[in-house]
Amino acid sequence: MTVIERATLIGKRVPKMDAPEKASGKTRYIHDIDVSGQLWGKILRSARVHARIRRIDTSRAKALPGVHVVLTAADVPDQRPIGVNKDHPALKGDKVRCVRDEIAAVAADTEAIAQAALALIEVEYEDLPVIADPEAALAPGAPVINEKHADNVAMRFDYAHGDVAQGEAESDVVVEDSFKLHYVTHCCMGVSGVIAEFDASGNLLLHSNTQVPFLHKREFAEILGIDPGRIRIVQPPIGGGFGSKLDIYPFEIIAVYLARAARRPVKLVYTREEEFLASPTRQPVILRLRSGCRKDGSLTFRSVETLHDNGAYTSWGATTPFVMMQTFSSLYRVPHCKYHTTVAYTNNPYAGSFRGYGNLQATFAVESHMDKLAEAVGMDPLAFRLRNAQDPGEVTGQGMTFKSCGFKDCLRSAAERSGFLARHAEYRAAQGAGGRVKRGIGIASMLHVGGGACGTILKLDDFAHVTLMTGASEIGQGSETVLAQLVCEELGLPLSAVTVVNNDTDITPWDVGVHASRTTFIAGNSAIGAARKAKAKILAAAAKKTGVPEGELDLVGGFVVRAASGEAIVELAKLLRGLHFSDKAELVMTTHYYEPPSVHQDKGFKGDVSAAYAWATQVVEVEVDLDTGIVKMTKVTGAHDVGRVINRLGIEGQIEGGVVMGQGYALTENLVIEDGRVKNPSFRDYKLVTAPEIPEMDLAFIETMDGEGPQGAKGVGEAPAICIAAATANAICNATGVRIYELPFTPEKVYRALKGVAPKVAWRTRAAA
Amino acid sequence: MSRSVEIEFRLNGVVRRAAVRADMSALAMLRDVLGLTGTKYGCGEGECGACTILVDGASLNACLLFAVDCDGREVTTIEGLANDPAAQRLQRAFAEHGAVQCGFCTPGMVLQAGRILARAGQPDRATIQRGLEGNLCRCTGYKKIIDAVEAAAKERAA
Repeated sequence: MTVIERATLIGKRVPKMDAPEKASGKTRYIHDIDVSGQLWGKILRSARVHARIRRIDTSRAKALPGVHVVLTAADVPDQRPIGVNKDHPALKGDKVRCVRDEIAAVAADTEAIAQAALALIEVEYEDLPVIADPEAALAPGAPVINEKHADNVAMRFDYAHGDVAQGEAESDVVVEDSFKLHYVTHCCMGVSGVIAEFDASGNLLLHSNTQVPFLHKREFAEILGIDPGRIRIVQPPIGGGFGSKLDIYPFEIIAVYLARAARRPVKLVYTREEEFLASPTRQPVILRLRSGCRKDGSLTFRSVETLHDNGAYTSWGATTPFVMMQTFSSLYRVPHCKYHTTVAYTNNPYAGSFRGYGNLQATFAVESHMDKLAEAVGMDPLAFRLRNAQDPGEVTGQGMTFKSCGFKDCLRSAAERSGFLARHAEYRAAQGAGGRVKRGIGIASMLHVGGGACGTILKLDDFAHVTLMTGASEIGQGSETVLAQLVCEELGLPLSAVTVVNNDTDITPWDVGVHASRTTFIAGNSAIGAARKAKAKILAAAAKKTGVPEGELDLVGGFVVRAASGEAIVELAKLLRGLHFSDKAELVMTTHYYEPPSVHQDKGFKGDVSAAYAWATQVVEVEVDLDTGIVKMTKVTGAHDVGRVINRLGIEGQIEGGVVMGQGYALTENLVIEDGRVKNPSFRDYKLVTAPEIPEMDLAFIETMDGEGPQGAKGVGEAPAICIAAATANAICNATGVRIYELPFTPEKVYRALKGVAPKVAWRTRAAA
Repeated sequence: MSRSVEIEFRLNGVVRRAAVRADMSALAMLRDVLGLTGTKYGCGEGECGACTILVDGASLNACLLFAVDCDGREVTTIEGLANDPAAQRLQRAFAEHGAVQCGFCTPGMVLQAGRILARAGQPDRATIQRGLEGNLCRCTGYKKIIDAVEAAAKERAA
């Protein structure tokens, strides 16, 4: 008999399915696609930060040969505002509120003509006072920035569990500090772009980089006032996402307006400068944290006030408190917690969602205080954290239930691998000794959530080739390969037997979008569900054909086999062909919709919002040059509770990339905004980490085998970026004895702090004052 | 609009003629005139390396080179390496070592890595890192790219 060996891809180093295509330059991104008859779109942005538009004259632009359409707000009456607060018209009419503001757009034969036409548009402004400070925006009598919210408050969040006054009364130690988190931006290597085209029947086809195609489809239908069924979104491979493509932006709508007016396809692609000026940022935050603990090291309370600079319009950045409050309330066991955020309109650029979604900011503050409290009660940083870390089975004050939780293992593993305790003590003892370069080590941890539903359609053809149609987009993170692996595992097929279709809303089933570290978990469970249904159908047919009971059959290596012995009974492809041509002909095509067993938060933001929770601890080692303030990140040791590793190569890549993104957030990246203007919109002046600067990285995976996870896996996409800045702050403090409360740790800032001439971040809300 | 200039050069082994505007970059010529989209626009000012090409064997940012300056020279893009064993070794190594995520920087990385290996037979890790300094990647954190280049160098030596 022929015995088929069982092989598994789970946990292996599986190369990304699209890597050969990408490495050979054959992949066509949005920038590489041209459709016949296409025009080029360009956007005129405001020359002022805050102003009334007195007059726009587009006549000279319209007269330029090669220009097809010039649009202003006057040409698109009844614009439906976009954004989380529906406070944002794509084309601004009587007023501009920030330098990003789109006031006119051109469609022309070439990009150069479109660009030339922009220069011919005359705009007369009447300047208004610029509010570049969220506190000033909240002052009584401040000018109204966005008429939708005349009090300049975009959102407020209030959360509480327990009674912080009681917690404070029970405290032996209380610390309070203000923290300031800066603007950074995604810097996807592929700049933003879109192609909009209408067919002869008026149906819209959008070639789009979006991370949320199904939400976009609905939004465009509302904007255009047409049936969503007439909108198709096709996503070419995306040159980086990281959250930047989670919202709908004016340029996408403007491209659609231009295509509609020109009756021609319109392609609109940013320049890098435009990408810096007009893309979302990470949410800047001013934060005041008051925390306490008992002498025995147990946390007593946490009280948090934050002020978010919303910019002139409301995108996802405003909603980062949803994630931030989870870190304050539930990363460690805190019996009493209070959290309040005010999100204030200003004339600054607006923030969107960015890998980690508020968690980098919250973790920075929380983990700084964990070190300070530990020091105050004379405990080492690791013991203090272990004293307060969550355990499996814990239900937090915010209502999260930790079914699998490897937090303490993460702490122990990262500490042990990095020699944390010994080094921490050694570096601390050396603070006062001479020498120009001081070494330091710092620890920080994180908790992150994920959720939302996803659909899968799976079909097997007559050669046992699988087409997996999933709503979940590939944005470079490797979801295509992971989903294929999970299906292969169920159906006993090699990776080469799977094609993944994940980029066309006319074909793929609904998904809420790529974000929240959710794709492996949610789309993975959906894919497994569809594969299991297919397997059941195949085995039932095989049982009927062979007489062997279903329960004794399995699928291995492209064959139906006896489960016990592995003996091949029939080739899967042959069985499937037989099904197609039998009297009761049938196709093996299945669908599965996975909705995780999580609950929506109640009005008090409480509830078990995630089916599984990811945990991680990262230890950062630095060298601080006392003469220059230069901080060099030498090593990062990460221990991640990922549930289970599905693709080792992919997960390492996610973590390494996230660590280096966190390194940039901590040390080099800073989008400088002054009086509402972006001062450094280029890679020359906005410093990304380069290859020679990366730290040594040592990664450990804590496999807690989550009961709900696909093969036990949990999400990981955002986790690695979250703790780096927090751990770096602790490492700098360990090296120098100086704690810095404001990011990024540029040489100048560190130098000033070391010399004691840096102003301490001081902030107290008006309400609290 | 500036005047067109006729140039002749060897592109990926084949002699090409092109009429290019005097102010056009080699990047715009390759992508928009000649339809070779493997060379990517990342920044347009020589900071990111996504548009790396080889000109007379040296790696350059195509965005900083005038198209007219390609006249009489030998230009190689990622498409020109399809049959090149050294490049194939690198491309395989990039896939096998997880050096590709979104992939947008990858063609430039492959060309630059090829140049590093051509200059130093067995470069150490620091040399590879320095050699890749002008190529930005936002996804991978560079480690796996460095691993891939190291592996390709070893494979060549073997």
